[in-house]
Amino acid sequence: MLRYTLRRLLGAIPTLFLVIVLAFLLVHAAPGGPFDDERALPPEIEANIAAAYHLDEPLPAQFLRYLGGVLKGDFGPSYSYRDYSVSELIGRSFPVSVQLGVLAMLLATVVGVSVGIIAALRKNSALDKIVMGLAMTGISIPVFVIAPVLVLLFAVKLQWLPASWTGSEGATRFLLPVISLALPQIAYVARLARASLIEVLSSDFIRTARAQGLGTAAIVRYHALKPAMLPVLSYMGPAVAAVLTGSVVVEEIFGIPGLGQLFVRGSLNRDYTLVLGVVIFYAALIVLLNLVVDLLYGAIDPRIRRR
Amino acid sequence: MVSGGILCGIALVALVGPWLSPNEYLAADFDNILRAPTVSEAHVFGTDHLGRDLFVRTMMGVQVTFVVAIVASVVSLVIGVLYGATAGFVGGRVDAVMMRLVDTLYATPFIFFVILLLVVFERNFLLIFVAIGAINWLDMARIVRGQTLSLREREFVQAAELIGVSAPRIIFRHIAPNLIGIVIVYVTLTIPQAILIESFLSFLGLGVQEPQTSLGKLVNDGIDQMGGASWMLLIPATLLAAILLCFNFLGDGMRDLFDSRQSR
Repeated sequence: MLRYTLRRLLGAIPTLFLVIVLAFLLVHAAPGGPFDDERALPPEIEANIAAAYHLDEPLPAQFLRYLGGVLKGDFGPSYSYRDYSVSELIGRSFPVSVQLGVLAMLLATVVGVSVGIIAALRKNSALDKIVMGLAMTGISIPVFVIAPVLVLLFAVKLQWLPASWTGSEGATRFLLPVISLALPQIAYVARLARASLIEVLSSDFIRTARAQGLGTAAIVRYHALKPAMLPVLSYMGPAVAAVLTGSVVVEEIFGIPGLGQLFVRGSLNRDYTLVLGVVIFYAALIVLLNLVVDLLYGAIDPRIRRR
Repeated sequence: MVSGGILCGIALVALVGPWLSPNEYLAADFDNILRAPTVSEAHVFGTDHLGRDLFVRTMMGVQVTFVVAIVASVVSLVIGVLYGATAGFVGGRVDAVMMRLVDTLYATPFIFFVILLLVVFERNFLLIFVAIGAINWLDMARIVRGQTLSLREREFVQAAELIGVSAPRIIFRHIAPNLIGIVIVYVTLTIPQAILIESFLSFLGLGVQEPQTSLGKLVNDGIDQMGGASWMLLIPATLLAAILLCFNFLGDGMRDLFDSRQSR
């Protein structure tokens, strides 16, 4: 297990390095500088600005400086929010996004797995077909279509729930954003859980258990569930990435001051350092969570470790 | 196969519709601002907050969606097939390195890179297509590599090698034709992904720019006018969902048809 853990850890480092190099190069390949203005500044002032942001140094030196900063958790100053550093902006907006993301993932896993199990146990019944049809629809409809339609229905027409984050308090303001984020993932998880449980239930050891007189409930709970959940677990990595991408949209729609909104604002303002910092932060988060999933997978399924 | 028919129908209406409609794409009808959809009047889908005809705008959006789908899929097809076939055919250490790179790229959140790309460079149409295609080739490369690996061991390929046919010629004449079935299946599955990414970017205001429009952008416009003019949200949202759903069903159906090993 230790060797497996170490190998996974070492495997994550080149990915992160590649991300940082690519993102850095992309931003610095940009035509024009971030401080190009409509009116021309005197050359001395331009030189001073460049020096203040270390833009006068050669590219490798800038990269090493940036990399050193990133390793210490410092992403440099923001170009458009002049009084803040990128790290401060990320630190301020991240907690809200974490709450949203964790709630959405929990909802997706619990509901998705339950629905998948029910559908698998009634394979090919009318209920199964309806549920899987709904799941296909859920996968196909993007978050930025689900969210406004839910708002239109529950906030504008029925007026049961608040339409936006600001100006409302309490748990109800979480409801619509979390559901919008979770719906496509519920659909994915349900399909995966159903398919893999059906496969496990048709294997030999289940037949043996059945022959020994175990009831369906006991078979599912004690024998089938654990192996059937492995594909679901391995989907958690991509699911986190999808929820992060979705949160960009959801935060924009509901006006939630989270990381996604910060990212979109930064993109539209062409705040290079901010966008660069957030991209690297997102990437690190995804790589880290993938690593956690991998390690969990290895802990649960000993066959994986040996490969 | 019903989904295929619906898709063709939508494509046809999108292509012909704007010609038949009495309304111009950019023309504003100031007497009919935010008019609800009516069958009897000129504006079948209603008008937006600037009095522009929503039917023509939506159909233009659908056109953009289909163009993106086709171009991005072709880009991912070319990169994916060439990369996968090379890795699978050459094999050995080259294959290991090439696939390691694909694994690494898999772990990177590409959508954020595309946004970064669009922030840094001008937001032009072509770049969006290429960027979307450049994300989507990874799956294709993996599948084509797996298929090539197994084809490589088949007798007819070995026979071709034996009589001295060159490697590129073997790839194009003997291996590529046998990949077509599986490639078609996965192209159908990448199309909805490409559409999704394009509309996501346009929704955020980073994709297609005014005066052009796309379904994602129309959904975003619809959100602003949601309180008074729900049709501005619901019409493009429904169309987008319908197109994606049809492509997904089509892809699933094709996979069951062509690729019986993967379907359970």
